Amino acid sequence: MTQPQPPQPPQPLHVRRRATGGDTELSLDVPSDLDYVGRAVELIADQLPGGPLSPRRIRFNFRTAFAEALANAIAYGNHRDPGRVVHVRVEVAHDAVRVHVTDEGNGFDPKGVPDPTLPERLEREDGRGLFVLKSLMDQVAFNEKGNSVCLTLRAG
Amino acid sequence: MSFSLKKDKQGVVVVGVDGQLIVGNRQELKQKVLDTLESGGRKFVIDFTKTGYIDSSGLGVLVSLSKKIREQGGDLRLCGLNEDLQTLFELTKLDTLFAIARTPEEALAAF
Repeated sequence: MTQPQPPQPPQPLHVRRRATGGDTELSLDVPSDLDYVGRAVELIADQLPGGPLSPRRIRFNFRTAFAEALANAIAYGNHRDPGRVVHVRVEVAHDAVRVHVTDEGNGFDPKGVPDPTLPERLEREDGRGLFVLKSLMDQVAFNEKGNSVCLTLRAG
Repeated sequence: MSFSLKKDKQGVVVVGVDGQLIVGNRQELKQKVLDTLESGGRKFVIDFTKTGYIDSSGLGVLVSLSKKIREQGGDLRLCGLNEDLQTLFELTKLDTLFAIARTPEEALAAF
């Protein structure tokens, strides 16, 4: 008879840090499991060098948008496939912070997402992710394939 | 512990959200509220005084809970949103869907 397996301990997350000139780059690979989103966000937010962003913008805009992009990449990009990871790269320059979130999926067309604030969509449970991202960031840019998003928060 | 549930003297269930309400913990909140709804609770306040951020999944679970509570003849009110969270509700127009009070006391007094 097969013994039930004990729950697997969560995989540790490691932030890699690189400094070039006055800029800093943090990078992290996140397993395709939504339980990692909160931990990954806190890990990066805690290690974000002070400077371009106010504590308030880090606490709210950065955390919310990063959580949003990461959850989208895990759920819709990688379809929670344990064999895939989400690659995160955060560039911290004097004038802005740029977060690149890249999944290993086939990409999607951001233009095909309807406005979640329309009266007929307001009571839907889902469909607000991209809208929230765009509302909280200074710029949101997808690559051509649609599997990588760059979120920009300008200094302030 | 992300969520705390307390029932006041009038039977209003006050749910505190500590830290964040996001994709990783929204099911826990949903289950706790639905369990209380099933055991007869009808009046709910969700208090965000200690909440740093809410993502779209968190907003979605609030929409879903609001509908389920209303279907059972109950009422859900939100309170304690800081300026940033209040802005998030306004941008998404969810401020038009929820009764939002400034403090837990004001939310309780409105029942």
